Amino acid sequence: MNDSVAGIGARVLRREDFRFIKGRGKYVDDMVLPRQTYAVIVRSPHAHATVNSIDSSAAAAMPGVVRVLTSKDFEAFGGLPCGWLVNNQNGDPMVEPKHPILAEGKVRHVGDPVAVVIANTKAQARDAADAVVVDYSELPAVVNMRQALSNPPAAVHDEAPGNLCYDWALGDKETVDAAFAGAAHVTRLEFTNNRLSPNAMEPRCAIGDYDRSNGDHTLYTTSQNPHVIRLLMGAFVLSIPEHKLRVYAPDVGGGFGSKIYHYAEEAIVTVAAKVIGRPVKWTSDRTEAFLSDAHGRDHVTTAELALDADGKFLGLRCDTLANMGAYLSTFAPCVPTYLHATLLAGQYKTPLIYCNVKAVFTNTVPVDAYRGAGRPEATYLLERVIDKAAREMKIDPAEIRRRNFIQPDEFPYQTPVALVYDTGNYEATLSAALAASDYAGIAARKAEAKSRGKLRGIGLSCYIEACGIAPSAVVGSLGARAGLYEAATIRVNPTGSISVLTGSHSHGQGHETTFAQVVADQLGQPIENIDIVHGDTARIPFGMGTYGSRSIAVGGAAIVKAVDKIIAKGKKIAAHLMEASADDVVFENGQFKVAGTDKQIDFGSVALTAYVPHNFPLEELEPGLEETAFYDPANFTFPAGSYVCEVEVDPETGVVEVCSMHASDDFGNIINPMIVEGQVHGGLVQGIGQALLEQAVYDDNGQLLTASYNDYTMPRADDMPSFTVDHQITACTHNPLGVKGCGEAGAIGSPPAVINAIVDALSELGVEHVEMPATPRKVWRAIQAAKK
Amino acid sequence: MPTVSMTVNGQTVSAEVDGRTLLVEFIREHLALTGTHVGCDTSQCGACVVHVNGEAAKSCTMLAVQANGASVTTIEGLSEGDDLHPMQAAFKDNHGLQCGFCTPGMIMSAVDLAKRNPNPTEAEIRKGLEGNICRCTGYHNIVKAVAQGAAGMRG
Ligand code: FES
Ligand code: FES
Repeated sequence: MNDSVAGIGARVLRREDFRFIKGRGKYVDDMVLPRQTYAVIVRSPHAHATVNSIDSSAAAAMPGVVRVLTSKDFEAFGGLPCGWLVNNQNGDPMVEPKHPILAEGKVRHVGDPVAVVIANTKAQARDAADAVVVDYSELPAVVNMRQALSNPPAAVHDEAPGNLCYDWALGDKETVDAAFAGAAHVTRLEFTNNRLSPNAMEPRCAIGDYDRSNGDHTLYTTSQNPHVIRLLMGAFVLSIPEHKLRVYAPDVGGGFGSKIYHYAEEAIVTVAAKVIGRPVKWTSDRTEAFLSDAHGRDHVTTAELALDADGKFLGLRCDTLANMGAYLSTFAPCVPTYLHATLLAGQYKTPLIYCNVKAVFTNTVPVDAYRGAGRPEATYLLERVIDKAAREMKIDPAEIRRRNFIQPDEFPYQTPVALVYDTGNYEATLSAALAASDYAGIAARKAEAKSRGKLRGIGLSCYIEACGIAPSAVVGSLGARAGLYEAATIRVNPTGSISVLTGSHSHGQGHETTFAQVVADQLGQPIENIDIVHGDTARIPFGMGTYGSRSIAVGGAAIVKAVDKIIAKGKKIAAHLMEASADDVVFENGQFKVAGTDKQIDFGSVALTAYVPHNFPLEELEPGLEETAFYDPANFTFPAGSYVCEVEVDPETGVVEVCSMHASDDFGNIINPMIVEGQVHGGLVQGIGQALLEQAVYDDNGQLLTASYNDYTMPRADDMPSFTVDHQITACTHNPLGVKGCGEAGAIGSPPAVINAIVDALSELGVEHVEMPATPRKVWRAIQAAKK
Repeated sequence: MPTVSMTVNGQTVSAEVDGRTLLVEFIREHLALTGTHVGCDTSQCGACVVHVNGEAAKSCTMLAVQANGASVTTIEGLSEGDDLHPMQAAFKDNHGLQCGFCTPGMIMSAVDLAKRNPNPTEAEIRKGLEGNICRCTGYHNIVKAVAQGAAGMRG
């Protein structure tokens, strides 16, 4: 670390905070363009229906209405693309039905967009939207995944008469079955990984603008990855070449995955702005967000673990049904496959693993990546079945994990499910978590709780995730239709200030601080002189955006690569100025020095010389000091850790109180511990929310029963405890900062810790499992059922 | 259309509005004070909290005409120029915000809470913020921020 600047490892307060705490953030909905109009979308009230006719004549005649658009107006355009192809076991490609911008002849989920009303004010657009008459013939709704496959009430898409999108498998079933046949013990668990709605607090918003003077389109949108939207929407949907389409995502109020995807509304406002010749703004309300933002999770799984008599894992066998919803969202097919099955080794040396995943179409909102994306599902599967096995075999849950851990001297470690872990120390995070949570002292706390009529339990979860997404060649071979590198430009301005243009996008992660710390550290410059620019395709060369805990591991690495180029060029300029050989110039603490002498020249002078090249080696070097780097990672990164949760259950009411949660994580090197801890806290609450409170519930007719905050239980301050967190460090071996990423860990590691704690509390009553979310009703019922 | 007049952040404002205009719409759209946010449609999230006559109110749950004659403070009016109110400073010092979307409403609620209870316990802070949802921070650092902010307001 460079001590003279607010560099790597320092708890630098966030530079972005000032504008937010003053109310000066600039979110898309805060923007008002001259002559702006407002779009309101008419959405299907039915889960599955034929659209017989749309009569918009009354709506079109209402005050302030500029235009009503229906699917006919979008006939010239493509459907919303899916970015990942998954093949069936037999090698055939998955079924990939068209996802039209506006429903074409059929609606397939409640909230499916049918028509768009554009008016001078939002109120006028809303009034007119109510006057659009759509004649539907209802069809049977496909809601339950098992039924969708075994006894389908209807086909969501004609191309998939049995509602199967793909039937995929990883591993060799026969050898795994053989391991089970010889096992001393087999533990089996059936469970649901509950469907969630991501609920970033800022609802999605998009403004389309079209410049008739030059044919330029601008889309302002709430996106985690503006360049990806430009690529997907420009190339695959609307056929707008990149140089004619600017996508700008300014301040974005949280994403958690839900703002990765290209959504219909982005195409709608882009097209509409050109059609009417005025800017068009669409802002989601919360109910609309529940009905149109991609949901997360929604797996139904059977997991079996085979063990020898000592509790050593011999094999893991699982079957998962994964809900795709009504259409394939951008990354949906890869979530239950390459982000789920490949993580099923966890922190353990399980030699044989088989996982079958059947992806199912239903008449529900599309399901895609939500914070953790596949990895929370894998962690939950593994950590629940291991806990159950430990209980059945009367081995302490911590001990059974220890017996199976991959050891620190066994890295790089090739798992049986494709991934190669580069580094880790699972015992270190486990012991830290057990010590911090006084795991050994639980018996006394249980006894004390019992004296108050409460049942206390402690639960453990050891997670691993694959982050730093991703080596392009690897994901390409697995069906990704994009590369997953990152880009960065370092622009050193003539007077020495520095603009960092990054393809990562910050929507709460604090890149304006963290990335500036990295550059300050490496260039020895004060952080005040460094600006981080993100979110705008007009200013940033390229980028794949922020998701999968990739920003620091991939985006940060791209920045370091660009900094290296700046230093290399700076050395040549400095060598010329100091009349030395570039090979003899070293760069330290912001000074270019001739090694072994007292000659030195500061960074600012080199920058100025680069732009005022009066004394400059022009024959070998171009003026200017600006460098771009693209970084494609060599491997995934593998953050891992151990979480310990302690709960108290009231057996009379089934109410669960989370008494404590300790997170011990290994994120590799840490740039800003304050920000990393904040990421963990946020993830923990989303994970505890999944475990105890949250669920997107559809009724048998495909109506979403939880489409508002009155019905979908968001975690609130008084539902949660404060947390303790610590960090153990094994540096990532293959990126320049040694970082692994921290954004999703909390949401991945915590749900099984909570449920394991509840089961521990209730085990004396004979309860073996409680489904998420473990609401008082479910817990109470589990207690009653066990009593019988 | 009815005319509404009120004092917003110390300035008298007056406008003709559609009777159904919500206070938050008046603040954001008519006055272009976009620090006050809208995060839901069921009066649950608190992103829209402002002070009306000195007390926290969800501006999505009031008509603009109901605030006729009132004195309204939004996040923009909590402190002058580039100064920070002690609660604003506390949110920054404690990393009490991530995406910043819930933050204005959270700070306005926290100021109100600290006025009513100048020395709140952790449990009282958590209970007091029950009407404000944050999806990013997990509340941990918000709770710390509010404790510090309340201390700062006590002086
Ligand atoms: S916008 Fe007012 S409570 Fe959510
Ligand atoms: S900081 Fe993002 S919702 Fe609170």
